Amino acid sequence: MKKELTRQQYLDLYYYMRLNRAVEDMMVKLFRQNKIVGGLYSSLGQEAVSVGTAYALEKKDWLAPMIRNIGALLVKGVRPRDIFMQHMAKYDSPTKGKDGTSHFGDLDDLHIVSPISMLGDLIPVMTGVAMAGRYLGQKTVAMTWIGDGGSSTGVFHEGLNFAAAQKAPFVLILENNLWAYSTPVRKQVPLEHLADRAKAYGIESYIVDGNDAVAVYTVAKEAVERARAGQGPILIEAKTFRRMGHAQHDPAEYVPKEMRAYWEARDPLTLYEKFLASEKLLDAKGRNEIEENINKLLSAEREFAENSPMPPPELAETGVYCTGDDCHKIRAKWERPMAEVTPPRSSVTAVWTVPGFGSGQSSGGANAPIHFGDTQPAAQAAGLEAKSANGGKPTAKTAAKATSKKTVKAAPGSASRKARR
Amino acid sequence: MAKANGAGPNGSVPHETQVTFLEAIKQAMFEEMERDPAVILMGEDVGVYGGAFKTSEGLLERFGWERVIDTPISESAIIGAACGMSYCGLRPICEMQFIDFIVCAFNQITNFVAKGHYLWNAPAPMVIRGPSGGGVHGGPFHSANPEMYFVHTPGLKVIYPSTPYDAKGLLKAAVRDNNPVLFFEHKFLYRRIKGEVPAGDYTVPIGKAVVRREGKHLTILSYAAMMHTSLEAAEALAKEGIEAEVIDLRTLLPLDEETILHSVKKTNKCLVVHEDTKTGGIAGEIAALLCEKAFGDLDGPLMRVTSLDTPVPYAPTLEEHFLPNARKVFAAAKELARY
Repeated sequence: MKKELTRQQYLDLYYYMRLNRAVEDMMVKLFRQNKIVGGLYSSLGQEAVSVGTAYALEKKDWLAPMIRNIGALLVKGVRPRDIFMQHMAKYDSPTKGKDGTSHFGDLDDLHIVSPISMLGDLIPVMTGVAMAGRYLGQKTVAMTWIGDGGSSTGVFHEGLNFAAAQKAPFVLILENNLWAYSTPVRKQVPLEHLADRAKAYGIESYIVDGNDAVAVYTVAKEAVERARAGQGPILIEAKTFRRMGHAQHDPAEYVPKEMRAYWEARDPLTLYEKFLASEKLLDAKGRNEIEENINKLLSAEREFAENSPMPPPELAETGVYCTGDDCHKIRAKWERPMAEVTPPRSSVTAVWTVPGFGSGQSSGGANAPIHFGDTQPAAQAAGLEAKSANGGKPTAKTAAKATSKKTVKAAPGSASRKARR
Repeated sequence: MAKANGAGPNGSVPHETQVTFLEAIKQAMFEEMERDPAVILMGEDVGVYGGAFKTSEGLLERFGWERVIDTPISESAIIGAACGMSYCGLRPICEMQFIDFIVCAFNQITNFVAKGHYLWNAPAPMVIRGPSGGGVHGGPFHSANPEMYFVHTPGLKVIYPSTPYDAKGLLKAAVRDNNPVLFFEHKFLYRRIKGEVPAGDYTVPIGKAVVRREGKHLTILSYAAMMHTSLEAAEALAKEGIEAEVIDLRTLLPLDEETILHSVKKTNKCLVVHEDTKTGGIAGEIAALLCEKAFGDLDGPLMRVTSLDTPVPYAPTLEEHFLPNARKVFAAAKELARY
């Protein structure tokens, strides 16, 4: 861990990781008291991934959590009571008891898209969010997570390939916790690094120690800014470990003892506390203060959640359809002149004249075959707000940055070199 | 017309009184994209090529690369991305090159798109449209009528028009609807029928059936290509003194119960004709509806003329045997009329 952040940023990361763990500890208690209706999925030991990545986003950016990304929700501004009430199926929960766990979102304020249980589906959805943000000139980035297990789905491929072809401002965190329920990653994927898959999409990737909060944040920050600058989607593999079973019911006896011991000795919060102490950013007194604050907050949040009623049965009948403007006023938030995308300015010649297409070269960002504006005269393309800031070419500066010690960059062109052999 | 897309020099669309089904769909997309820059079109080969059936010909020239998006062969990515766009206030239209391929995105549609509003108050205004249906010897993977997979999914709306007027008006209504709408275009009708389409903006309300022919002896409920088959049979029935009331359902979800019940309570007999296969087709649902709400009004059993419970076969002889036709409808109607 290197000292590059502001003191406040270091402390924020700590606060949210602590809060993440405390919220989940409290939910374990609620679960044991039979107050949680369905399953409870733990991110114990993975807090640095959720918190470090989400902390790299701006307020206007979008995220969609997976089941073990409670920390990301907290960073984005979700109140702990909402997380408690979701699990307890309470009426005041964001879904009013219609769904549980992290399955909720907020389109208007927090910019969170709700996940579904089918893995991988968020990838094209968040690609669409990223494309819409670009189209509307909002300069937003979309981020979501996928596990080592979920990365084997077909829609992972469809979504990431489409994002790459579109150069969508999209960051995908591949949270490799080594286990998909009871199946180890080696039995699922014959790759040492899942990040290698990025090469197949011609996109950049990073590998990061998922238990090192500062490293995760640093890499995510760089990825988010590159995506925002128009360099296309970026894949980050965060290597970590799922310390609990798939859910509360699963004792995970299939996990080798040595593996568990290794990762328990690398607890992200313990590591980070040591770092903060050694850098004199946080002493024992400060730590106690944070803990007290969190305890106070959570006991109030828990009380609120417990006092919320169960939803009235008839609620089950409502809300299948949007009934119109009285229900939702759907308006795109334009941050570029609409004239750019309406005739006559939107008119183009409908012919493919794509340089580099079919040359067999891995795109590496530079020759991405499909990007709107490709076939337009340069002068016209330059007028487009949503065109990437530097025309999509990775600059020497960012390329060099990407090869820093903690990060591994997919070598542009390597795929095509192999193909030519 | 100067250009293939029908666009005049200033983008206005010169309306002919009689246009094909296909032209009506093109006009609807063209006018909706003209009206609202939040409307975009996404699909395989919809841009430079103008769509496999040329329904989007000319749209790229007019609206550009950002709004007419050629995608990889990735139906899940198309639907998923459209869903994400709709969360940001856009109103994407997704084209399935053939509607058969919609099942490649089944999970996205039934689990993501359809459930969002109910579960977390997230409307997903989007249209999924594409050429469907048989009778053109497209074989088992280019002839499907998969509407009932989706009629069984709360949260979706399902439209299956039979005339150019309805195709245009309903597609415009679908684009403006705040819910995900599946819009099936029977490809047999694309270039085979023409109809009146008025100049100027209009919509046809979703969820409303229409009486195509009045009658008193029995009610024939149908939609899409089979609507025309049913009308043909009704002509023949009239020659034998049987006046069939023919109703075009137009929307399958939500179903227009009122129009159906009103007619059946008048004629006391009901025949459902659809090109979809028999088991699990809309006829079964209508039978249940009539049992629940018009049992005492029925003078005969609900009858149905549908395709066989098989995949759509390729050879013309097989496919003709597979599909309903006016002769089969005529025979069933005569049998029903005897009650």
